[in-house]
Amino acid sequence: MTYTKRLDGREMDQCREMEAKAGVIGRADGSAMFRTGKTIAYAAVYGPRNLFPRFLQNPEKGILRVNYNMMPFSSKGERVRPGGSRRSKEIAFVTKNALLPALDLSEFPNSVVDVFIELPQTDAGTRCAGINAAAIALADAGIPMKDFVASVSVGKVDGTVVLDLTYDEEAYDGPVADIPIAMLTRSGEVTLLQMDGEVNKEDMKKILQLGQKGINDIHKLQVKVLKEKYQSGE
Amino acid sequence: MGKMIANDKDIVVPGENLAEGMDFLPGFGTYRDGDNIVALMVGQLRISGRALKIVPLSGKYVPKKDDLVIGNVTDITFNGWLMDVNSAYHAMLPMKDATSDFITRGADLTKYFKIGDWVATQITNVTSQKLADATMKGPGLKKLTGGRIIYVSPSKVPRIIGRQGSMVSLLKNTTGCRIVVGQNGVVWVDGDPQKEQLAKDAIRLIEQEAHTQGLTEKIQAFLGGSK
Repeated sequence: MTYTKRLDGREMDQCREMEAKAGVIGRADGSAMFRTGKTIAYAAVYGPRNLFPRFLQNPEKGILRVNYNMMPFSSKGERVRPGGSRRSKEIAFVTKNALLPALDLSEFPNSVVDVFIELPQTDAGTRCAGINAAAIALADAGIPMKDFVASVSVGKVDGTVVLDLTYDEEAYDGPVADIPIAMLTRSGEVTLLQMDGEVNKEDMKKILQLGQKGINDIHKLQVKVLKEKYQSGE
Repeated sequence: MGKMIANDKDIVVPGENLAEGMDFLPGFGTYRDGDNIVALMVGQLRISGRALKIVPLSGKYVPKKDDLVIGNVTDITFNGWLMDVNSAYHAMLPMKDATSDFITRGADLTKYFKIGDWVATQITNVTSQKLADATMKGPGLKKLTGGRIIYVSPSKVPRIIGRQGSMVSLLKNTTGCRIVVGQNGVVWVDGDPQKEQLAKDAIRLIEQEAHTQGLTEKIQAFLGGSK
């Protein structure tokens, strides 16, 4: 038994239908929405702003704080308990590490840039959607970035390497590996690489190549929505 | 010979290649990566000769020397006042730069400025850690009493001021309000309440249409039409 036809009829190397928009939250300094299939992520960026408590301040450069939250009604079936969890804390941590290499916060000593990622609806790939939205929002906030970040999940469903898994594929009845990847789009540096499940060396190479392809597509969309917003002057 | 990849006045995004070759020079908002010049932020590209720079279209205010800013007094220290200047950093207004009065040691500084007062000041000095000093010795620098405060995006301030102050003097002349525009995106308007509101609406319109051509005429029509 192999996975020859995807559950939602996509090609194996095809992302879900994507949509993005910059500047969706009026009171934030920068914001963005990113949707892939049924997964929707909103990101709001505040700052650079004053950082307290003072012991967190870094006199050499600004720091980045990331908050990740799934809304109670966001998932399939069961209600997500509101508030932080072990999972959300970990995802916030890896998201921060994925975004930070792209930023240049040396101009903002002792200050903080806050990123809030909210997910009103989820269907797998939330950390990737969150990173994509956050990257647009950070650029929208006018924060200096040496590079841009885009992210996608690649996986292996019952022996077949596929791009941008849905929840149904993650829960497929058979061996599944799910590998979220985030890359800097200029340098190609990998800033997020996690794995749930098992793959062999050859498949891992294939997965990274496929991830690169997906990330290129997503980056094009990110650039497009940013330029659209500023060409029309908000 | 290097070649340009982006064009003058293009909107560019971070990480975008702007030009190739060592004969171009990276200016504000850009950096050099190997042979390429790369954008650091979202903004409009300006090419002047061999130098490339980006005019940012968003972002918070960062204190710069000689900027006129409007600050809100947040704290009183031994030798002056701390002001919030709509930025990640405070500005310090020392006693000796605030007034020429002789102030005895331990005097009550709230006689001059209380917490919550608005002051038009000029930044005199900024350190590498972005600690900013301000002064009130200069033309037009004063305590702002009455009127109202409007926050605008700091990147739109040049349009509100206009070339050689043309836009702000248009606003002043047609509404009869006293207006001070701070580089930090804080605008103070004082006058007849209805005229204040008119000036505020006009400033909001400038903010919205900041990217368009012939803005002065548009604002003239707006102010004339709703008189």
